[in-house]
Amino acid sequence: MAKITAGVASSHVPAIGAAWDLKKTQDAYWKPVFDGFEFTKRWEAEQKPDVVFLVYNDHATAFSLDFIPTFAIGVAERFQPADEGWGARPVPVVEGAPDLAWHITQSVIQSDFDLTIVNKMDVDHGLTVPLTLMFGQPEAWPCKVIPFAVNVVQYPPPSGARCYALGKAIRKAVESFPEDLNVQIWGTGGMSHQIQGPRSGLINRDFDTAFLDGLTKDPEGLTRIGHVEYMREAGSEGIEMVMWLIMRGALDDAAKEVYRFYHVPASNTAVGHIILENPK
Amino acid sequence: MADERYDDIPGTTVFDAKQSRLGYHLNQFCMSLMKAENRKRFLANERAYLDEWPMTEAQKQAVMARDYNAMLAEGGNIYFLAKIFATDGKSFQYAAALMTGMSQEEYAAMMIRGGRSPEGARYKAEWEAARAAVDQGAVPKPESDNG
Repeated sequence: MAKITAGVASSHVPAIGAAWDLKKTQDAYWKPVFDGFEFTKRWEAEQKPDVVFLVYNDHATAFSLDFIPTFAIGVAERFQPADEGWGARPVPVVEGAPDLAWHITQSVIQSDFDLTIVNKMDVDHGLTVPLTLMFGQPEAWPCKVIPFAVNVVQYPPPSGARCYALGKAIRKAVESFPEDLNVQIWGTGGMSHQIQGPRSGLINRDFDTAFLDGLTKDPEGLTRIGHVEYMREAGSEGIEMVMWLIMRGALDDAAKEVYRFYHVPASNTAVGHIILENPK
Repeated sequence: MADERYDDIPGTTVFDAKQSRLGYHLNQFCMSLMKAENRKRFLANERAYLDEWPMTEAQKQAVMARDYNAMLAEGGNIYFLAKIFATDGKSFQYAAALMTGMSQEEYAAMMIRGGRSPEGARYKAEWEAARAAVDQGAVPKPESDNG
């Protein structure tokens, strides 16, 4: 049977992707960011996931204002890295996992979460920057990826509680898939940041630290954080952290923290990263 | 939860239903800049390119002036507006600094010191009081960072 073995969360700042692509990882500004993922690269090489269920948000790339799905699952064989206005990132094509993706789609919709099903979608920095951070620059990504896009652009995004409950439905779906697969779930975006208006640059280390602590100490407590509290405390774009709760909901209550990294700044953003492992 | 207030968060425009309806054509114009040939045509004659879109005059003026706060007020969403500053070869940090009224150097230095503190930046009343004090010369600068 397929099993979710671990959850990983990480920011997905576009400037991190640009720094990698322009080979600036050893610059004084960027070195601490990339050093913070060295443990994770070794850990991923040992874990060897077959599939990553990657929760992220599209940044007006695949989805314009013509239609705005709240939850969209990518079921295609492959997904091209998007040209976001300055050419596509020079990273491998993202190979999908259609059998598992369709199985999850069917199971999750029958658990009352009405997903949008996407057969064709280019994936932007929200998805490719975390892959770079965890795997570096291989010829091909070492696992299949199921892209799962969450609307956090048009207000209101889904609530934290809804995301957490969705995570539980995703877990149930994965665990009913007959093939033996090592599946990880990643939640991306955040942590505190605001990149619009005169309040741009807001960072709230205390909020972020409490959020990271809460992922193991009191995840249900995190689900009670409302949209306005995210925006007021963690910046208007800090609301992306609801995506981390999909990841957390898909893990066991007893999941253990095995690694954490936090750094300010990457461009306008507090970079947060955590690894949670399910009991063996 | 649905009726929680967010209009008292200072210096922030929430991209809600009202803003989305107001800014639909502005944002879709921005999406058109994802294509290289459109970027070229836009830069060659901005006014003519904008006139192809059913945008308001205020929206067009804000785009031509690269006044991002005005674009936000006119319904722009920052991820869409990013296509404009990408077309100009500018970064997110450049645009963010511009919207705060700080120089890019000042803004980048604030971020390196830990970013803008949430203290005094949670509610419009405390935010505006801090700025009024600056105007009266009581304190040197409005930005309270985490350093």
